[in-house]
Amino acid sequence: MFKRVNFTHLSLLIFFFTLTALNPSIAQDDDGIPTDPAVISAGEKLFNGNCKTCHQVHKKVIGPALKDVWTRVPQPAVPWITAFVKNSSAVIASGDEYAVNLYEEYNKTQMTSFAFKDDQILSIIAYVKAESANVPEEKVVDNGGNQGGGDQTANASVDSGYLTAILVILIVVLVLILIVLGIIVNVLTKYLKDKKDLEEDDAEVVNQTFDLGKLAKSNGVIGLVIFLFVAIMMKAGIDGLFTVGVQQNYQPSQPIAFSHKIHAGQYEIDCNYCHTGVRKAKSANIPSANICMNCHTAIKTDSEQIQKIYAAIDYNPETQEYGPNTKPIEWVRIHNLPDLAYFNHSQHVKVGGLECETCHGEIKEMDVVYQYAPLTMGWCINCHRETEVNSKGNAYYDNLVEIHEAKSKDPMTVEDIGGLECSKCHY
Amino acid sequence: MKETKKVYWKGLEQLTNNVEFVKNADKEFPEYLPINENEEEGPNRRDFLKMMGFGIAAVSLAACEAPVRKAIPYVKKPVDVDPSVPNYYASTYFVGNDYNSVVVKTREGRPIKIDGNKYSEVTGGGSSTQAEASVLSLYDKQRYTDPQIAGKKATWEDVDSQVGAALGAANKITIVSYTNFSPSTQAAIAAFTERYGNVDHVMYDPNSSHGVLEANLASFGKRTLATYDYSKAKTIVSVNADFLGASLNHSMNNKQFAQSRKLGDNKKDMSRLYTFESNFSLTGANSDYRTPIKPSQEGKTVVALYNLVAKGLGQAGLGSTSEEKLPNIQKAAKDLVAAKGASVVVAGSNDVNVQIVVNGLNSLLGSYGTTIDLDKESYLRQGDDKKMSQFVADAKSGTAGALVFFNCNPVYDHPKGAELATAIGKASISISTSDRIDETSKACKVVAPDHHYLESWNDFRPVKGHYSLSQPTIQNIFNTRQAQVSFLTWAGAENTDYYTYIQDNWKAQGMGEGNFQTFFDKCLLEGVYKNFTAGEQPAFAGDVNAAGSAVASGKAGSGLELLVYENAALSAGFQANNPWLQEMPDPITKACWENYVTVSPKHWDDLGLKLGDMDTQLADVSVNGVTMKLPVLSQPGQADGTVGIALGYGRTSGGKVADGVGANVYPVLATKSGVNSLAASGVSITLTGEAYKVAQTQTAQTYSGREFVVQESVLKNYQEDPSAGRHTLPITDASGNKNHPYAITLWNGHEYNNHHWGMAIDLNSCTGCGSCTVACQVENNIPVVGKTEVLNRREMSWLRIDRYYSYDADQITDETGIKDELNIKETAAANPEVVFQPMMCQQCNNAPCETVCPVAATTHSSEGLNQMTYNRCIGTRYCANNCPYKVRRFNWFKYHDNKQFDKNLAMNNDLGKMVLNPDVTVRARGVMEKCTFCVQRIQAGKLEARKESRRPEDGEINTACASSCPSEALVFGDMKDPNSRISQLLKIERKDKMAMAKEPRAFHALEELRVMPNVWYLTKIRNKDESKNEAHA
Repeated sequence: MFKRVNFTHLSLLIFFFTLTALNPSIAQDDDGIPTDPAVISAGEKLFNGNCKTCHQVHKKVIGPALKDVWTRVPQPAVPWITAFVKNSSAVIASGDEYAVNLYEEYNKTQMTSFAFKDDQILSIIAYVKAESANVPEEKVVDNGGNQGGGDQTANASVDSGYLTAILVILIVVLVLILIVLGIIVNVLTKYLKDKKDLEEDDAEVVNQTFDLGKLAKSNGVIGLVIFLFVAIMMKAGIDGLFTVGVQQNYQPSQPIAFSHKIHAGQYEIDCNYCHTGVRKAKSANIPSANICMNCHTAIKTDSEQIQKIYAAIDYNPETQEYGPNTKPIEWVRIHNLPDLAYFNHSQHVKVGGLECETCHGEIKEMDVVYQYAPLTMGWCINCHRETEVNSKGNAYYDNLVEIHEAKSKDPMTVEDIGGLECSKCHY
Repeated sequence: MKETKKVYWKGLEQLTNNVEFVKNADKEFPEYLPINENEEEGPNRRDFLKMMGFGIAAVSLAACEAPVRKAIPYVKKPVDVDPSVPNYYASTYFVGNDYNSVVVKTREGRPIKIDGNKYSEVTGGGSSTQAEASVLSLYDKQRYTDPQIAGKKATWEDVDSQVGAALGAANKITIVSYTNFSPSTQAAIAAFTERYGNVDHVMYDPNSSHGVLEANLASFGKRTLATYDYSKAKTIVSVNADFLGASLNHSMNNKQFAQSRKLGDNKKDMSRLYTFESNFSLTGANSDYRTPIKPSQEGKTVVALYNLVAKGLGQAGLGSTSEEKLPNIQKAAKDLVAAKGASVVVAGSNDVNVQIVVNGLNSLLGSYGTTIDLDKESYLRQGDDKKMSQFVADAKSGTAGALVFFNCNPVYDHPKGAELATAIGKASISISTSDRIDETSKACKVVAPDHHYLESWNDFRPVKGHYSLSQPTIQNIFNTRQAQVSFLTWAGAENTDYYTYIQDNWKAQGMGEGNFQTFFDKCLLEGVYKNFTAGEQPAFAGDVNAAGSAVASGKAGSGLELLVYENAALSAGFQANNPWLQEMPDPITKACWENYVTVSPKHWDDLGLKLGDMDTQLADVSVNGVTMKLPVLSQPGQADGTVGIALGYGRTSGGKVADGVGANVYPVLATKSGVNSLAASGVSITLTGEAYKVAQTQTAQTYSGREFVVQESVLKNYQEDPSAGRHTLPITDASGNKNHPYAITLWNGHEYNNHHWGMAIDLNSCTGCGSCTVACQVENNIPVVGKTEVLNRREMSWLRIDRYYSYDADQITDETGIKDELNIKETAAANPEVVFQPMMCQQCNNAPCETVCPVAATTHSSEGLNQMTYNRCIGTRYCANNCPYKVRRFNWFKYHDNKQFDKNLAMNNDLGKMVLNPDVTVRARGVMEKCTFCVQRIQAGKLEARKESRRPEDGEINTACASSCPSEALVFGDMKDPNSRISQLLKIERKDKMAMAKEPRAFHALEELRVMPNVWYLTKIRNKDESKNEAHA
């Protein structure tokens, strides 16, 4: 499990390295859009955090694809885009032809206003521009990354394959040796039996017959068998008991066939967009229906599943009005941590910098979500033992890091700063 | 380090070495097994095996199929509500006539905790037991779910039409309420008055300040209360005035009093408090000199004091009284004169003349303008006893017209309540706006239930120029309507939206600066608004001589005298159905779950009663023709010839918890003049012979004779040597050398790299008010166990306040050094000194509990906490046995969802459960629990800091007890942070992994055990000339 995570990290790392390596090679235009990698990466962060939900660079999502956007909007492009991002309705209201057309084209859905600073918007444009030119490279790099990852996975499996092969060969060889030895013993015994001048003691040894029945009835063997039986049963029993209450792979069907694969995978909507609490609260929050409506007033309005959302929030798609008869959607809870354990999402995601996938698995591939991790205490503890504290740039940890580094060369794990203590999770 | 000669005792049982007490003293729990209800014979081996087999089968079957749990999100999530993130709103607690400016913590839209509002200059930022507990009253099933007409559920339309018609037809309407100081409510009532014409608004208070108000009218020409500033006082004299206990605004009084008592490097002086009182009150317990007097001596004591002070100032006195010979009174007068301009005299009497003399005395002393402010008037009590008595008479004769009882319960808490109850039926219409079923609303025809204060908008003006606001922190749970909206609706007002009504009213009164909405929002954010410019102090114009002679000629008390009091737990009884308050032990008697007659130990003996394991008898108590059946309780310090009974008990329609608990003493307050009197004479007590037990927590947790837990000294000694009163039992090593206990240890100590949490408790600031204990109960989901289990010493409170009486060993030993057993009770128990010591888990560094747990359920954390893991605990109780402080509590029962504990309202119905803190587990049966230093708050605070990439700021993380403490006696913080308040206060030095306090007053309880707690106490310093107990002199 951890290995896989590491490979993902690795491939991502390779991807980013290649990206940054390639970026400076883009020709510089004099349209006022910066090509400084720092600005671009700042723009990328902003884009992923704010824009990605509705826009992609190469694909039309909720809003238009942004590839080469600076060439097609009314010129000069940067001030126009800035004005539109800050307050699109004002631009539309001003009668700007391009804006009005856009508004009509997208079913009169307005773009949300964003209170960015001008240089922030510029950095987003810079990122979009860089990304626009980046398509072929991205694909190549992506594939490369995947291949790299794939190769390594393959290597690992080959490794374990070898191991099995060696084991099998060894066993075969041992069995062969056993057979050969048996034959030798047989031949020698026969030979000795034929000899008449053996001493009595030796004759006894030679004439000794191997009685399997007697051996089986011996105390030692019976004891051994009973011991093995009890031990195996107990092991099985204890293992069985340990799985009581563990709901790994629990995959209940939900009242609405919501697919994470489509939303998080295909459309790359940031998890935080719907799970609003994940960076600030204990609960990640199951999104409220009004979040769905941000997009689904316009998208897939005819879908049977979307009708269920409309019913819940009492929305009439014909008149586009909300009624008072709301009824909450009763999702089936998948991850059921016992009440005696305290778990806080923001600690792990915001402070610890963990990816959602670490605990929730390849959520982007799941049509129906299932419980990926066992959510047992052993699993929690194991991760706290192995995970390095995300202490970089966090002044809370400065002193702890200093003390740790004075004592040890290993990275500071959660365990090192008391992460295994009872009252970190139980109170 | 000096040897102390003080002897500490927790109760008379201990003082006299009572057999029952000794038997149980060294036991953690009484000997009998938990419970065996069905038969005498316990379950046998076969039963055990059957249960075992069934249990295993049931568990494995149940485990196969996990229940399907739902996750139900909002349909439209409110912008400012995030599940699992608490929101805080400034608001105002106002229940009955009790006021506090508060901050309400809500989770998912449910109020779960009340804290004091630090911005308030009126209440000072502390909370009170009442305010803390009030959040549970919101979720009380005793509340009305709908309006009612003639006892049947009705709609608001029906109520409005019926009330409108009836009021229109009435030729007179009387509105009865407690003191109300809400400007907008008054405006709404004015609108109502305008509509109907002949409307009379009668305000009364159950425990009224009528005497003070009338005296101020006579002396200064205005019928208001003054505001007091005890922090400026050097000498305070209280004559039966319990200003630290259950008095109006005691939260602020405690804060100011504690300020005047705090000591440190820069403040080596403190105030001195004299009390002359009958019952042993909190004020008396905190006083330096206490003199027991009878209630009939109250007035004369004030006159005597006046005479002595006048003499000291060279002015004319009043007619002399024999009270001038009372112990300590000469000294008190001398100190008052010496501290002229920084002294204050308060009296609890409801007699106008007594209060006029008090005003004259304070005027002589130049207290007005310094310690007493009459320009900054207080409106917290305005009730008029005479007017209220007149109203009851009018109601009886049918001339009071239509009756509206606005959030008050006079049938219960007015002396003539029983008469009123029958009179209500005669009125053309009677309306109650009470939000819950009570005696008055049951008698009324129409009930138009008000919102709870946590569901309401409101404004208040408790003190001139000081405002505060209430805002709803939850949507109204039931079909209730704000009472003011009812008034406005019945008045036919255009605007019945009370939020805008308040705003309009504020605008109309010319309040606000700049943009009104911005101004109002800021007030709402802070909860308070101040617009006060100091003016002139009115001059004293009262006739002291006339008042003095009236007091002096007052008839002497005859026979046994009674003084009725309010206790810190139930106060006037507005929240009698609140189990948290019912189970809170009275700070002095340490008894809970009922009221009782307190008698002096001598009286107890005279009655022929014997001490035992909380044993007593029921007695018929007759006063003024009222007879009550109450248990008798021996109370050291009770003035001989007097008895005391607490108000607030004896409800008949108060709810599941309140009903049938104790007896109602309000009828006793009645007098011929119509003015309530807390004092009565000619009391008779007849034992009924019925054996009875009063649940007391005082002797439940003892230290097996290790009574050095409290350390104290007197101011003079402290000034000479700040470590005065500190003493340590030295430890002798193998070679015979005596060492400080900490010099020798087998422990390795703990490395604290990150935080090191600790607490400092100033015994000098702690007044014993008990708000910390309720705060702890609310914050940590601590169950209420009920009287029976308290009797079994199974109360669950994590934080208790130990009350120690003490006497000087010198005084009761004869020349040969032998204790005179008889003398002990006579002198030591007649008027003992008191120390309060808040006691919770001391979070020991060398914790004895940790080493004995067989399953490692209690362990030490890297932040100095002694962690308790409930889900790991198997309930061996070894830890509790090994705890020298007796602070561990065992869950003998399942207290939640259990009909046997249905008085534990917070855990036994869906409504009550809304008050539970979701960040703290509700513990299962069979596990040990204890104070965790509010680890949930520590974790939340650290997380908040980490999210913002910084260290937590000092004060950001605070325990529930420390944040509720009005006198800031409890200081919690990180001892690793050299700049934190606790490190500064204790002068923390870190050495050998340990944090040692260099402050000379700081000590660990039971140092000699070397458990090295993370809780430090600061010695109690009394402002006495010498350490001798002078009371008997």
